[in-house]
Amino acid sequence: MSDVIERTPVRRRARGGRVGRVGWPTYLGLSLAVIISVFPLYYMFVIASVGAQAVTSSPPRLYPGLNFFDVAAKVFETVPFLASLANSVLVSLTIAVVASILCALAGFAFAKLDFPGRNVLFLIVLLTMTVPAQLSVIPQYLIVSWLNWVDTLQAIIVPGLASAFGIFWMRQHMATTLSDELIQAARMDGCNSWQLFWRIAFPIVRPAAFVLGLINFTAVWNDFMWPFIVLKSPELFTVQIAIKQLQANRSIDLALAMGGSFLATLPLLVVFFFVGRRMVAGIMDGAFKG
Amino acid sequence: MTTTATTPAATTTMAIITRGGPKGRRPPARRIRSSWAERVAPYAYIAPFFVIFAIFGLFPLLFTFYVALFDWNPIGDQVFVGFANFERLFADARFWNAFVNTFGIFLISTIPQLALALLLAHLLNHARLKYANFFRMALLVPYITSVAATAIVFAQIFDRNFGLINWVLGIFGLPSVNFLASQVGSWVVISAMVMWRWFGYNTLLYLAGLQAIPREIYEAASVDGASSRQQFFHLTIPALRPIIIFTVIMSTIGGLQIFTEPLLVAPEAGLTCGAARQCQTLSLFLYEQGFGQFDFGYGSAIGVALFVIVVVAALINFFLSTRTRGER
Repeated sequence: MSDVIERTPVRRRARGGRVGRVGWPTYLGLSLAVIISVFPLYYMFVIASVGAQAVTSSPPRLYPGLNFFDVAAKVFETVPFLASLANSVLVSLTIAVVASILCALAGFAFAKLDFPGRNVLFLIVLLTMTVPAQLSVIPQYLIVSWLNWVDTLQAIIVPGLASAFGIFWMRQHMATTLSDELIQAARMDGCNSWQLFWRIAFPIVRPAAFVLGLINFTAVWNDFMWPFIVLKSPELFTVQIAIKQLQANRSIDLALAMGGSFLATLPLLVVFFFVGRRMVAGIMDGAFKG
Repeated sequence: MTTTATTPAATTTMAIITRGGPKGRRPPARRIRSSWAERVAPYAYIAPFFVIFAIFGLFPLLFTFYVALFDWNPIGDQVFVGFANFERLFADARFWNAFVNTFGIFLISTIPQLALALLLAHLLNHARLKYANFFRMALLVPYITSVAATAIVFAQIFDRNFGLINWVLGIFGLPSVNFLASQVGSWVVISAMVMWRWFGYNTLLYLAGLQAIPREIYEAASVDGASSRQQFFHLTIPALRPIIIFTVIMSTIGGLQIFTEPLLVAPEAGLTCGAARQCQTLSLFLYEQGFGQFDFGYGSAIGVALFVIVVVAALINFFLSTRTRGER
């Protein structure tokens, strides 16, 4: 039982780690890594705000200019970028919220309720999880076209709701953070499993469900292949498909491609600024469960 | 620890349930019905997930094997052809080319990436490190950047004429390289994107593994005079072996999915990623055959081949991890 407590990210941060003084090479190495992590995004912004002369001048210019808003405006004129942003928000947010709840509910059943067929069903989910979805992309497209969903947003939303990773994640969190004593106590008080889920289990795993929502939001926002296959009309494109159109004209307008890419990343950067710490903790926490 | 942690929570729960109003407690007469409901309830809870999962996850996976046996044109006929698609696939130089490209990219991107992640995790794993949260968050920035945006900016960084890499090479008096023109060159560009996007994420996974190692072990090693380097090779690496194997498997699966990078790095090169297919990956080859040529049967056969590769990779993983456990 004690590992239940140790598994919470807050506790783990306090322990572990090497001791002694932290030397300057450590800070130097980490700073280099941070520069490498941030540089491509920064460079995107530099080119977008300066224009193509940022790369043609010698030496190449590495600091931003003043034209970013002009380029941003041009992005919105060239492609229906506002619609693309709205589509991306709609698709990512719906999947993040609904999938977290569906996965929490199913994860709860798999972790804490006993029913015939439980292990077999969970094994099927686990096995499917290890297979990349891309390999069955053709039958997926066939199903979507039989449903007449090609070129609609539900073709992205509905399949995205069932993430095998999500159910695995929620089951592990339910199993480790929800104690059997607590369930017993609630049962004694006449709680049925539905109440057990909404009043006890879900509130307890809400932080994990939130992180799952973040991970799903990021993954769906950044997904390229599936929207690229099922979406045909530019006004339904997600931002990733929109920036592909801009990239196709890269040789004509480099700043436009960079500006679009930066704008496509900006919303996630803003979200990440506020909840990044929880995402970091969630990913580190998941390392054990995965 | 356990009791102190659970008891207050349990008390609150019971309080919540008791205060739960008319729905919280049920009259005895309804108990019997609710026990039947309780037996069915688990299936109801997994049903929303499972119905969607079955339709869009499990069924397509199984159906891939079926479609692969047909000459399947999405607009025209479906003709059963047995294993003809597979015979064609094994004899297809384009398939083996994509296979070699995928594995070339996998090797170039995975090995240095994981080594770097290990080193960075070691640096981050300091009890008294300042700005630890800043470093961790900054390392995760590539992970939240989309592959499409990554490919677009890396295409510029590795550009033949005006790329930063070629500018740096020029400083050292080296001739500029047309990366995308050659097979190995384009592997390097795509691997750089993959590495950049995932090294920070893997660093965090390793860091989590490191922090599970009790501090006392390092203290004991320090007292015994073990240098930082000795601690790294004799403490850190062995303790992380299971997570290292896990990340290698994840990289293998990720490597098989590389699609957006080659498609967007050279937009003028199209679905083949260059005239000589120098950077066409297996996923891109699948897309080209399925949605470029509308040969769904052949595309599905490529999907089955991908499946076999995943199974082989999983088996290798299984044997490696059981061997590791045996050594302990």
